[in-house]
Amino acid sequence: MGFEKFGKVGFVSETKAVDFVDYLEQGKLMVTRCKKCGTIFSPPKMDCSQCLSSEMEWVEVKGKGKLITYTTLQFAPTGFDDDLPYTLGLVEFKKGLNVFGRLSKGITQDELRAGLELKPVPVRLSSGRISYEFQKA
Amino acid sequence: MSEVAIIGVGQTAFVRRCGISIQELCFEAFKEAVDDAGISPSELDGSIIASAPEYDKQRSPAGVISEYLGLTPKPTFYCESICSSSSTALKVAYSFVESGLHDVIAIIGFQKMSEISSADVQERMGRGADIMWESPFGTMMPAYYAMFARAYMDQYELTEEQLALVRVKNAKYAALNPKAAYRKEVSLEDVLNSRVIASPLKMYDCCANADGASCLIVASKERAKKAKSTPIWIAGIGAGSGSVNMARRDSMTSFICAREAARQAYEMAGVGPGDIDVAEVHDCFTIAEIMAYGDLGFCKPGEGGKLIQDKETYIGGKIPVNVDGGLLSKGHPIGATGGSQLRTIVKQLRGEAGPVQVAGARIGLVHNIGGVGLYGNVTILRR
Repeated sequence: MGFEKFGKVGFVSETKAVDFVDYLEQGKLMVTRCKKCGTIFSPPKMDCSQCLSSEMEWVEVKGKGKLITYTTLQFAPTGFDDDLPYTLGLVEFKKGLNVFGRLSKGITQDELRAGLELKPVPVRLSSGRISYEFQKA
Repeated sequence: MSEVAIIGVGQTAFVRRCGISIQELCFEAFKEAVDDAGISPSELDGSIIASAPEYDKQRSPAGVISEYLGLTPKPTFYCESICSSSSTALKVAYSFVESGLHDVIAIIGFQKMSEISSADVQERMGRGADIMWESPFGTMMPAYYAMFARAYMDQYELTEEQLALVRVKNAKYAALNPKAAYRKEVSLEDVLNSRVIASPLKMYDCCANADGASCLIVASKERAKKAKSTPIWIAGIGAGSGSVNMARRDSMTSFICAREAARQAYEMAGVGPGDIDVAEVHDCFTIAEIMAYGDLGFCKPGEGGKLIQDKETYIGGKIPVNVDGGLLSKGHPIGATGGSQLRTIVKQLRGEAGPVQVAGARIGLVHNIGGVGLYGNVTILRR
Protein backbone atom coordinates (compact mmCIF):
# COMPACT_ATOMS: atom_id res chain seq x y z
CA MET A 1 0.00 0.00 0.00
CA GLY A 2 1.01 3.62 -0.41
CA PHE A 3 1.83 3.90 -4.07
CA GLU A 4 -1.73 4.95 -4.93
CA LYS A 5 -0.83 8.45 -3.68
CA PHE A 6 1.35 8.96 -6.75
CA GLY A 7 0.01 11.07 -9.59
CA LYS A 8 -3.21 12.89 -10.36
CA VAL A 9 -5.06 9.59 -10.58
CA GLY A 10 -3.48 6.44 -9.11
CA PHE A 11 -4.14 2.98 -10.49
CA VAL A 12 -1.67 0.84 -8.50
CA SER A 13 -1.36 0.59 -4.73
CA GLU A 14 0.91 -2.37 -4.04
CA THR A 15 4.48 -2.49 -5.35
CA LYS A 16 8.00 -3.12 -4.11
CA ALA A 17 8.72 0.39 -5.45
CA VAL A 18 6.58 2.13 -2.80
CA ASP A 19 9.67 3.95 -1.48
CA PHE A 20 9.51 6.01 -4.67
CA VAL A 21 6.55 7.87 -3.12
CA ASP A 22 8.37 8.37 0.22
CA TYR A 23 11.36 9.83 -1.62
CA LEU A 24 9.05 12.19 -3.52
CA GLU A 25 7.66 13.32 -0.14
CA GLN A 26 11.28 14.11 0.83
CA GLY A 27 11.69 16.15 -2.33
CA LYS A 28 13.63 13.60 -4.38
CA LEU A 29 12.86 11.98 -7.74
CA MET A 30 14.44 8.54 -7.79
CA VAL A 31 15.27 5.74 -10.19
CA THR A 32 16.84 2.38 -9.36
CA ARG A 33 20.22 0.81 -10.07
CA CYS A 34 21.11 -2.86 -9.95
CA LYS A 35 23.76 -3.42 -7.26
CA LYS A 36 25.12 -6.39 -9.16
CA CYS A 37 25.44 -5.23 -12.77
CA GLY A 38 24.95 -1.46 -12.41
CA THR A 39 22.05 -1.12 -14.87
CA ILE A 40 19.91 1.94 -14.23
CA PHE A 41 16.12 1.69 -14.54
CA SER A 42 13.91 4.66 -15.28
CA PRO A 43 11.14 4.29 -14.34
CA PRO A 44 12.30 2.12 -11.42
CA LYS A 45 12.31 -1.66 -11.65
CA MET A 46 12.80 -3.57 -8.39
CA ASP A 47 14.16 -6.58 -10.24
CA CYS A 48 16.96 -6.37 -12.77
CA SER A 49 15.97 -7.54 -16.25
CA GLN A 50 19.64 -7.56 -17.30
CA CYS A 51 21.11 -9.98 -14.70
CA LEU A 52 17.92 -11.07 -12.86
CA SER A 53 19.22 -9.85 -9.49
CA SER A 54 16.72 -8.30 -7.07
CA GLU A 55 19.31 -6.30 -5.17
CA MET A 56 18.51 -2.77 -6.21
CA GLU A 57 19.44 0.63 -4.84
CA TRP A 58 17.74 4.00 -5.20
CA VAL A 59 19.53 6.76 -7.09
CA GLU A 60 18.38 10.37 -7.22
CA VAL A 61 17.76 12.07 -10.59
CA LYS A 62 19.78 15.25 -10.23
CA GLY A 63 20.86 18.16 -12.33
CA LYS A 64 19.63 19.42 -15.64
CA GLY A 65 17.96 17.33 -18.31
CA LYS A 66 17.12 18.16 -21.89
CA LEU A 67 13.62 18.00 -23.34
CA ILE A 68 13.48 15.32 -26.07
CA THR A 69 9.83 15.70 -27.10
CA TYR A 70 6.52 17.01 -25.74
CA THR A 71 2.86 17.63 -26.42
CA THR A 72 0.25 19.97 -24.98
CA LEU A 73 -3.15 18.34 -24.50
CA GLN A 74 -6.39 20.22 -25.21
CA PHE A 75 -8.50 17.12 -24.57
CA ALA A 76 -8.06 14.79 -21.61
CA PRO A 77 -9.01 11.30 -20.53
CA THR A 78 -11.63 10.94 -17.79
CA GLY A 79 -10.35 12.26 -14.46
CA PHE A 80 -7.88 14.78 -15.89
CA ASP A 81 -10.17 17.41 -17.51
CA ASP A 82 -9.69 20.03 -14.82
CA ASP A 83 -5.93 20.10 -15.48
CA LEU A 84 -6.33 21.12 -19.14
CA PRO A 85 -4.34 22.29 -20.94
CA TYR A 86 -1.29 20.39 -19.72
CA THR A 87 2.00 19.35 -21.29
CA LEU A 88 3.59 15.90 -21.23
CA GLY A 89 7.26 15.49 -22.00
CA LEU A 90 10.19 13.13 -22.15
CA VAL A 91 13.43 14.42 -20.66
CA GLU A 92 16.95 13.02 -21.06
CA PHE A 93 19.20 13.44 -18.02
CA LYS A 94 22.05 11.42 -19.39
CA LYS A 95 22.51 8.68 -21.97
CA GLY A 96 20.14 5.88 -20.96
CA LEU A 97 18.37 7.92 -18.30
CA ASN A 98 15.15 9.39 -19.68
CA VAL A 99 12.22 10.42 -17.48
CA PHE A 100 8.59 10.82 -18.56
CA GLY A 101 6.30 13.33 -16.84
CA ARG A 102 4.42 16.61 -16.94
CA LEU A 103 5.98 19.98 -17.58
CA SER A 104 5.34 22.88 -15.22
CA LYS A 105 2.52 25.24 -16.22
CA GLY A 106 5.09 27.99 -15.67
CA ILE A 107 6.66 27.11 -19.01
CA THR A 108 4.97 29.03 -21.84
CA GLN A 109 4.19 27.62 -25.29
CA ASP A 110 6.79 30.00 -26.74
CA GLU A 111 9.47 28.53 -24.51
CA LEU A 112 8.68 24.91 -25.41
CA ARG A 113 11.29 23.39 -27.70
CA ALA A 114 13.48 20.29 -27.92
CA GLY A 115 16.65 20.80 -25.93
CA LEU A 116 15.03 23.03 -23.28
CA GLU A 117 16.90 22.52 -19.99
CA LEU A 118 14.69 21.18 -17.23
CA LYS A 119 14.94 19.90 -13.67
CA PRO A 120 12.61 17.50 -11.83
CA VAL A 121 10.64 18.98 -8.93
CA PRO A 122 8.32 16.96 -6.65
CA VAL A 123 4.92 18.66 -6.35
CA ARG A 124 2.07 18.34 -3.88
CA LEU A 125 -1.24 18.24 -5.76
CA SER A 126 -4.28 20.13 -4.40
CA SER A 127 -5.89 16.81 -3.50
CA GLY A 128 -2.96 16.07 -1.15
CA ARG A 129 -1.52 13.55 -3.58
CA ILE A 130 2.14 13.67 -4.66
CA SER A 131 3.70 13.85 -8.11
CA TYR A 132 6.61 15.50 -9.88
CA GLU A 133 6.96 17.92 -12.76
CA PHE A 134 9.73 19.39 -14.86
CA GLN A 135 10.58 23.05 -14.32
CA LYS A 136 13.02 25.30 -16.16
CA ALA A 137 16.55 24.64 -14.88
CA MET B 1 6.66 -21.12 -49.39
CA SER B 2 3.80 -21.21 -46.93
CA GLU B 3 0.96 -23.69 -47.32
CA VAL B 4 -1.59 -21.57 -45.47
CA ALA B 5 -4.14 -19.39 -47.25
CA ILE B 6 -6.86 -16.89 -46.50
CA ILE B 7 -9.90 -18.22 -48.37
CA GLY B 8 -12.67 -15.99 -47.06
CA VAL B 9 -12.98 -12.38 -45.95
CA GLY B 10 -15.84 -10.37 -44.49
CA GLN B 11 -16.41 -7.05 -42.85
CA THR B 12 -19.33 -5.02 -41.56
CA ALA B 13 -19.58 -1.37 -42.45
CA PHE B 14 -17.61 0.58 -39.85
CA VAL B 15 -20.02 3.04 -38.24
CA ARG B 16 -20.18 5.43 -35.31
CA ARG B 17 -23.11 3.67 -33.66
CA CYS B 18 -24.09 0.24 -34.86
CA GLY B 19 -27.16 -0.09 -32.63
CA ILE B 20 -26.81 -3.87 -32.33
CA SER B 21 -25.12 -6.31 -29.93
CA ILE B 22 -21.53 -7.56 -30.31
CA GLN B 23 -22.59 -11.05 -31.38
CA GLU B 24 -25.00 -9.64 -33.99
CA LEU B 25 -22.20 -7.40 -35.27
CA CYS B 26 -19.88 -10.41 -35.57
CA PHE B 27 -22.57 -12.40 -37.41
CA GLU B 28 -22.58 -9.92 -40.31
CA ALA B 29 -18.83 -10.21 -40.91
CA PHE B 30 -18.85 -13.97 -40.36
CA LYS B 31 -21.67 -14.59 -42.85
CA GLU B 32 -19.89 -12.54 -45.50
CA ALA B 33 -16.62 -14.46 -44.97
CA VAL B 34 -18.08 -17.98 -45.09
CA ASP B 35 -20.13 -17.02 -48.17
CA ASP B 36 -16.98 -15.62 -49.76
CA ALA B 37 -15.09 -18.87 -49.07
CA GLY B 38 -18.06 -20.98 -50.10
CA ILE B 39 -17.91 -23.17 -47.02
CA SER B 40 -20.45 -24.07 -44.37
CA PRO B 41 -19.81 -23.10 -40.72
CA SER B 42 -19.77 -26.80 -39.79
CA GLU B 43 -16.55 -27.18 -41.81
CA LEU B 44 -14.68 -24.90 -39.39
CA ASP B 45 -12.34 -26.61 -36.94
CA GLY B 46 -12.36 -23.68 -34.52
CA SER B 47 -12.55 -19.95 -34.05
CA ILE B 48 -10.40 -17.21 -32.57
CA ILE B 49 -12.21 -14.12 -31.30
CA ALA B 50 -10.13 -10.93 -31.28
CA SER B 51 -10.85 -7.60 -29.61
CA ALA B 52 -9.47 -5.21 -27.02
CA PRO B 53 -10.95 -5.76 -23.55
CA GLU B 54 -12.95 -3.29 -21.44
CA TYR B 55 -15.19 -1.78 -24.11
CA ASP B 56 -17.88 -4.36 -23.48
CA LYS B 57 -19.78 -5.36 -20.36
CA GLN B 58 -19.53 -8.96 -21.60
CA ARG B 59 -16.65 -10.81 -20.00
CA SER B 60 -14.85 -13.36 -22.18
CA PRO B 61 -16.74 -12.56 -25.42
CA ALA B 62 -15.49 -15.66 -27.30
CA GLY B 63 -18.14 -17.81 -25.61
CA VAL B 64 -21.23 -15.81 -26.56
CA ILE B 65 -19.94 -15.12 -30.07
CA SER B 66 -19.09 -18.77 -30.74
CA GLU B 67 -22.56 -19.76 -29.50
CA TYR B 68 -24.34 -17.09 -31.57
CA LEU B 69 -22.49 -18.13 -34.74
CA GLY B 70 -23.30 -21.80 -34.10
CA LEU B 71 -19.66 -22.82 -33.72
CA THR B 72 -20.01 -24.91 -30.56
CA PRO B 73 -18.66 -27.47 -29.64
CA LYS B 74 -15.56 -26.59 -31.72
CA PRO B 75 -12.78 -24.83 -29.78
CA THR B 76 -12.84 -21.05 -29.38
CA PHE B 77 -10.85 -18.53 -27.36
CA TYR B 78 -10.09 -14.84 -27.03
CA CYS B 79 -6.95 -13.25 -28.46
CA GLU B 80 -5.74 -9.78 -27.53
CA SER B 81 -2.96 -7.37 -28.50
CA ILE B 82 -5.11 -4.20 -28.34
CA CYS B 83 -5.34 -2.63 -31.82
CA SER B 84 -3.56 -5.55 -33.51
CA SER B 85 -5.64 -8.32 -31.92
CA SER B 86 -6.89 -9.79 -35.19
CA SER B 87 -3.40 -9.81 -36.76
CA THR B 88 -2.16 -11.67 -33.70
CA ALA B 89 -5.07 -14.07 -34.13
CA LEU B 90 -3.94 -14.62 -37.73
CA LYS B 91 -0.50 -15.63 -36.47
CA VAL B 92 -2.10 -18.13 -34.10
CA ALA B 93 -4.40 -19.49 -36.83
CA TYR B 94 -1.42 -19.75 -39.19
CA SER B 95 0.44 -21.82 -36.58
CA PHE B 96 -2.57 -24.11 -36.04
CA VAL B 97 -2.89 -24.81 -39.75
CA GLU B 98 0.83 -24.99 -40.56
CA SER B 99 1.34 -27.45 -37.69
CA GLY B 100 -1.48 -29.66 -38.95
CA LEU B 101 -3.44 -29.32 -35.72
CA HIS B 102 -6.42 -27.77 -37.54
CA ASP B 103 -7.35 -27.27 -41.21
CA VAL B 104 -9.83 -24.38 -41.22
CA ILE B 105 -10.03 -21.58 -38.64
CA ALA B 106 -12.28 -18.49 -38.48
CA ILE B 107 -10.87 -15.29 -37.02
CA ILE B 108 -13.53 -12.87 -35.88
CA GLY B 109 -12.34 -9.43 -34.80
CA PHE B 110 -14.76 -6.90 -33.39
CA GLN B 111 -15.18 -3.77 -31.31
CA LYS B 112 -18.18 -1.83 -30.18
CA MET B 113 -16.82 1.46 -28.91
CA SER B 114 -19.96 3.58 -29.00
CA GLU B 115 -21.33 2.44 -25.66
CA ILE B 116 -18.89 4.64 -23.76
CA SER B 117 -17.93 8.33 -24.12
CA SER B 118 -14.90 9.52 -26.07
CA ALA B 119 -13.20 10.59 -22.82
CA ASP B 120 -13.84 7.15 -21.33
CA VAL B 121 -12.41 5.55 -24.46
CA GLN B 122 -9.27 7.67 -24.00
CA GLU B 123 -9.10 6.68 -20.33
CA ARG B 124 -9.11 2.98 -21.31
CA MET B 125 -6.65 3.65 -24.14
CA GLY B 126 -4.47 5.58 -21.68
CA ARG B 127 -4.39 2.52 -19.47
CA GLY B 128 -2.80 0.67 -22.39
CA ALA B 129 0.24 2.64 -21.18
CA ASP B 130 2.04 1.67 -17.96
CA ILE B 131 -0.60 2.43 -15.33
CA MET B 132 2.06 2.62 -12.63
CA TRP B 133 4.43 5.17 -14.14
CA GLU B 134 2.73 6.99 -17.02
CA SER B 135 -1.08 6.86 -16.83
CA PRO B 136 -1.11 8.90 -13.56
CA PHE B 137 0.04 11.94 -15.61
CA GLY B 138 -3.09 11.85 -17.80
CA THR B 139 -1.81 10.08 -20.89
CA MET B 140 -3.85 9.10 -23.93
CA MET B 141 -3.16 7.72 -27.39
CA PRO B 142 -3.25 11.04 -29.30
CA ALA B 143 -0.79 12.53 -26.79
CA TYR B 144 1.71 9.73 -27.18
CA TYR B 145 1.57 9.85 -30.96
CA ALA B 146 1.82 13.64 -30.77
CA MET B 147 5.14 13.22 -28.95
CA PHE B 148 6.37 11.07 -31.82
CA ALA B 149 5.12 13.65 -34.33
CA ARG B 150 6.93 16.47 -32.50
CA ALA B 151 10.17 14.49 -32.36
CA TYR B 152 9.92 13.57 -36.05
CA MET B 153 9.31 17.23 -36.99
CA ASP B 154 12.29 18.32 -34.88
CA GLN B 155 14.71 15.66 -36.09
CA TYR B 156 13.72 15.48 -39.75
CA GLU B 157 11.93 17.53 -42.35
CA LEU B 158 8.28 16.98 -41.56
CA THR B 159 5.60 19.67 -41.48
CA GLU B 160 2.05 19.80 -40.15
CA GLU B 161 0.95 20.17 -43.79
CA GLN B 162 2.64 16.89 -44.71
CA LEU B 163 0.94 15.16 -41.77
CA ALA B 164 -2.37 16.58 -43.01
CA LEU B 165 -1.70 15.24 -46.52
CA VAL B 166 -1.89 11.69 -45.13
CA ARG B 167 -5.48 12.35 -44.03
CA VAL B 168 -6.31 14.02 -47.34
CA LYS B 169 -5.14 10.89 -49.20
CA ASN B 170 -6.92 8.42 -46.95
CA ALA B 171 -10.15 10.44 -46.97
CA LYS B 172 -10.06 10.46 -50.78
CA TYR B 173 -10.02 6.67 -50.87
CA ALA B 174 -12.53 6.25 -48.02
CA ALA B 175 -15.01 8.18 -50.13
CA LEU B 176 -14.88 5.20 -52.53
CA ASN B 177 -15.25 2.55 -49.80
CA PRO B 178 -18.89 1.70 -48.99
CA LYS B 179 -17.76 0.19 -45.66
CA ALA B 180 -15.91 3.28 -44.41
CA ALA B 181 -17.20 5.33 -41.47
CA TYR B 182 -16.31 8.67 -43.12
CA ARG B 183 -17.01 8.63 -46.84
CA LYS B 184 -16.10 12.24 -47.36
CA GLU B 185 -13.08 13.85 -48.93
CA VAL B 186 -11.33 16.47 -46.79
CA SER B 187 -9.10 19.33 -47.88
CA LEU B 188 -5.71 20.28 -46.52
CA GLU B 189 -7.37 23.31 -44.91
CA ASP B 190 -10.05 21.12 -43.27
CA VAL B 191 -7.31 19.13 -41.53
CA LEU B 192 -5.15 22.12 -40.59
CA ASN B 193 -8.16 24.06 -39.26
CA SER B 194 -9.57 21.25 -37.15
CA ARG B 195 -9.21 21.71 -33.42
CA VAL B 196 -6.02 20.72 -31.64
CA ILE B 197 -6.30 17.54 -29.58
CA ALA B 198 -2.67 17.17 -28.47
CA SER B 199 -0.24 19.48 -30.27
CA PRO B 200 0.76 19.14 -33.07
CA LEU B 201 -2.04 16.63 -33.75
CA LYS B 202 -5.48 17.97 -34.61
CA MET B 203 -8.81 16.24 -34.75
CA TYR B 204 -8.41 15.21 -38.39
CA ASP B 205 -4.95 13.80 -37.66
CA CYS B 206 -6.71 11.24 -35.44
CA CYS B 207 -8.70 8.16 -36.44
CA ALA B 208 -12.31 7.79 -35.44
CA ASN B 209 -13.60 5.38 -32.83
CA ALA B 210 -16.11 3.11 -34.51
CA ASP B 211 -18.16 -0.05 -34.20
CA GLY B 212 -17.43 -2.91 -36.53
CA ALA B 213 -16.42 -6.51 -37.09
CA SER B 214 -14.21 -8.39 -39.53
CA CYS B 215 -13.76 -12.06 -40.32
CA LEU B 216 -11.05 -14.11 -42.03
CA ILE B 217 -11.23 -17.79 -42.93
CA VAL B 218 -7.78 -19.38 -42.84
CA ALA B 219 -7.20 -22.81 -44.41
CA SER B 220 -4.64 -25.44 -45.32
CA LYS B 221 -3.58 -25.94 -48.95
CA GLU B 222 -5.82 -29.00 -49.29
CA ARG B 223 -8.90 -27.12 -48.09
CA ALA B 224 -7.99 -23.97 -49.98
CA LYS B 225 -8.24 -25.90 -53.25
CA LYS B 226 -11.94 -26.50 -52.57
CA ALA B 227 -12.71 -22.87 -51.77
CA LYS B 228 -14.98 -20.82 -54.03
CA SER B 229 -12.58 -17.87 -53.92
CA THR B 230 -9.00 -17.44 -55.17
CA PRO B 231 -6.78 -18.42 -52.23
CA ILE B 232 -4.37 -15.73 -51.06
CA TRP B 233 -1.27 -17.19 -49.45
CA ILE B 234 0.39 -16.07 -46.24
CA ALA B 235 3.95 -15.60 -47.52
CA GLY B 236 5.44 -13.94 -44.45
CA ILE B 237 4.23 -13.27 -40.93
CA GLY B 238 6.25 -11.35 -38.36
CA ALA B 239 5.66 -9.87 -34.94
CA GLY B 240 7.62 -7.79 -32.45
CA SER B 241 7.22 -5.82 -29.23
CA GLY B 242 8.39 -2.53 -27.77
CA SER B 243 8.72 -1.18 -24.23
CA VAL B 244 5.54 0.31 -22.79
CA ASN B 245 7.38 3.11 -21.00
CA MET B 246 8.46 5.94 -23.29
CA ALA B 247 11.51 6.47 -21.07
CA ARG B 248 12.86 3.12 -22.25
CA ARG B 249 12.29 3.66 -26.00
CA ASP B 250 15.23 3.53 -28.41
CA SER B 251 13.58 6.08 -30.71
CA MET B 252 10.76 8.64 -30.71
CA THR B 253 10.51 8.65 -34.51
CA SER B 254 10.14 4.92 -35.21
CA PHE B 255 8.74 1.74 -33.64
CA ILE B 256 11.19 -1.06 -32.94
CA CYS B 257 8.27 -3.54 -32.79
CA ALA B 258 7.38 -2.67 -36.40
CA ARG B 259 10.97 -2.85 -37.64
CA GLU B 260 11.37 -6.27 -36.00
CA ALA B 261 8.05 -7.56 -37.39
CA ALA B 262 8.93 -6.29 -40.88
CA ARG B 263 12.38 -7.90 -40.77
CA GLN B 264 10.84 -11.28 -39.91
CA ALA B 265 8.06 -11.02 -42.49
CA TYR B 266 10.34 -9.92 -45.35
CA GLU B 267 12.82 -12.68 -44.50
CA MET B 268 10.14 -15.37 -44.36
CA ALA B 269 8.54 -14.21 -47.61
CA GLY B 270 11.89 -13.78 -49.33
CA VAL B 271 10.93 -10.31 -50.58
CA GLY B 272 11.91 -6.72 -49.83
CA PRO B 273 10.06 -3.41 -49.57
CA GLY B 274 10.49 -2.78 -53.30
CA ASP B 275 8.53 -5.95 -54.11
CA ILE B 276 5.35 -4.80 -52.34
CA ASP B 277 2.61 -3.74 -54.77
CA VAL B 278 0.07 -2.44 -52.24
CA ALA B 279 0.12 -1.94 -48.46
CA GLU B 280 -2.19 -1.34 -45.54
CA VAL B 281 -0.48 0.42 -42.63
CA HIS B 282 -1.69 1.28 -39.14
CA ASP B 283 -2.60 4.96 -39.53
CA CYS B 284 -4.35 5.47 -36.19
CA PHE B 285 -2.82 8.97 -36.46
CA THR B 286 -1.29 10.68 -39.48
CA ILE B 287 2.17 10.45 -37.88
CA ALA B 288 1.72 6.68 -37.51
CA GLU B 289 1.48 6.29 -41.30
CA ILE B 290 4.55 8.52 -41.77
CA MET B 291 6.53 6.38 -39.31
CA ALA B 292 5.29 3.17 -40.95
CA TYR B 293 6.75 4.28 -44.31
CA GLY B 294 10.23 4.28 -42.78
CA ASP B 295 9.79 1.25 -40.52
CA LEU B 296 8.70 -0.85 -43.52
CA GLY B 297 11.49 0.43 -45.75
CA PHE B 298 9.18 2.25 -48.21
CA CYS B 299 11.45 5.25 -47.70
CA LYS B 300 14.62 6.04 -45.77
CA PRO B 301 14.21 6.87 -42.06
CA GLY B 302 12.98 10.45 -41.74
CA GLU B 303 11.80 10.80 -45.33
CA GLY B 304 8.13 9.99 -44.71
CA GLY B 305 7.02 13.59 -45.17
CA LYS B 306 8.55 13.72 -48.62
CA LEU B 307 6.98 10.39 -49.62
CA ILE B 308 3.44 11.69 -49.04
CA GLN B 309 4.31 15.12 -50.44
CA ASP B 310 5.42 13.44 -53.69
CA LYS B 311 2.18 11.39 -53.73
CA GLU B 312 4.19 8.18 -53.87
CA THR B 313 1.67 6.43 -51.61
CA TYR B 314 -1.29 7.20 -53.87
CA ILE B 315 -2.51 4.70 -56.47
CA GLY B 316 -0.09 5.22 -59.36
CA GLY B 317 2.75 6.09 -56.98
CA LYS B 318 5.71 3.97 -55.92
CA ILE B 319 3.78 2.14 -53.20
CA PRO B 320 0.03 2.72 -52.75
CA VAL B 321 -0.86 2.78 -49.03
CA ASN B 322 -4.26 2.60 -47.31
CA VAL B 323 -6.32 2.78 -50.47
CA ASP B 324 -9.39 1.67 -48.46
CA GLY B 325 -9.34 4.87 -46.39
CA GLY B 326 -7.13 3.59 -43.59
CA LEU B 327 -7.99 3.75 -39.92
CA LEU B 328 -8.19 7.53 -40.27
CA SER B 329 -11.28 7.59 -42.49
CA LYS B 330 -12.51 3.99 -42.64
CA GLY B 331 -12.66 4.02 -38.84
CA HIS B 332 -10.85 2.00 -36.17
CA PRO B 333 -12.98 -0.52 -34.28
CA ILE B 334 -9.88 -1.80 -32.51
CA GLY B 335 -10.28 -5.58 -32.60
CA ALA B 336 -11.71 -5.56 -36.13
CA THR B 337 -8.97 -3.43 -37.68
CA GLY B 338 -6.32 -6.05 -38.49
CA GLY B 339 -8.91 -8.30 -40.13
CA SER B 340 -10.22 -5.37 -42.16
CA GLN B 341 -6.71 -4.44 -43.34
CA LEU B 342 -6.07 -8.07 -44.34
CA ARG B 343 -9.43 -8.19 -46.14
CA THR B 344 -8.46 -5.12 -48.16
CA ILE B 345 -5.18 -6.71 -49.28
CA VAL B 346 -6.85 -10.06 -50.05
CA LYS B 347 -9.36 -8.21 -52.29
CA GLN B 348 -6.52 -6.30 -53.96
CA LEU B 349 -4.56 -9.48 -54.71
CA ARG B 350 -7.67 -11.19 -56.07
CA GLY B 351 -8.29 -8.20 -58.33
CA GLU B 352 -11.63 -7.49 -56.64
CA ALA B 353 -10.90 -4.02 -55.26
CA GLY B 354 -13.12 -2.13 -57.69
CA PRO B 355 -12.43 1.60 -58.02
CA VAL B 356 -9.31 1.41 -55.83
CA GLN B 357 -7.74 -1.62 -57.54
CA VAL B 358 -3.95 -1.38 -57.88
CA ALA B 359 -3.41 -2.86 -61.34
CA GLY B 360 -1.64 -6.20 -61.34
CA ALA B 361 -1.06 -6.34 -57.58
CA ARG B 362 0.52 -9.69 -56.68
CA ILE B 363 2.24 -9.07 -53.33
CA GLY B 364 0.65 -7.06 -50.53
CA LEU B 365 1.61 -6.09 -47.00
CA VAL B 366 -0.31 -5.40 -43.80
CA HIS B 367 1.25 -3.43 -40.91
CA ASN B 368 -0.88 -3.50 -37.76
CA ILE B 369 0.29 -1.96 -34.47
CA GLY B 370 -1.05 -2.56 -30.95
CA GLY B 371 -0.89 0.42 -28.58
CA VAL B 372 1.82 3.05 -29.00
CA GLY B 373 4.22 0.63 -30.64
CA LEU B 374 3.79 -2.10 -28.01
CA TYR B 375 2.93 -4.84 -30.47
CA GLY B 376 4.05 -4.86 -34.09
CA ASN B 377 2.58 -7.18 -36.71
CA VAL B 378 3.56 -7.36 -40.36
CA THR B 379 1.95 -9.86 -42.73
CA ILE B 380 2.91 -10.35 -46.37
CA LEU B 381 0.32 -11.92 -48.66
CA ARG B 382 0.81 -13.31 -52.12
CA ARG B 383 -1.58 -14.25 -54.89
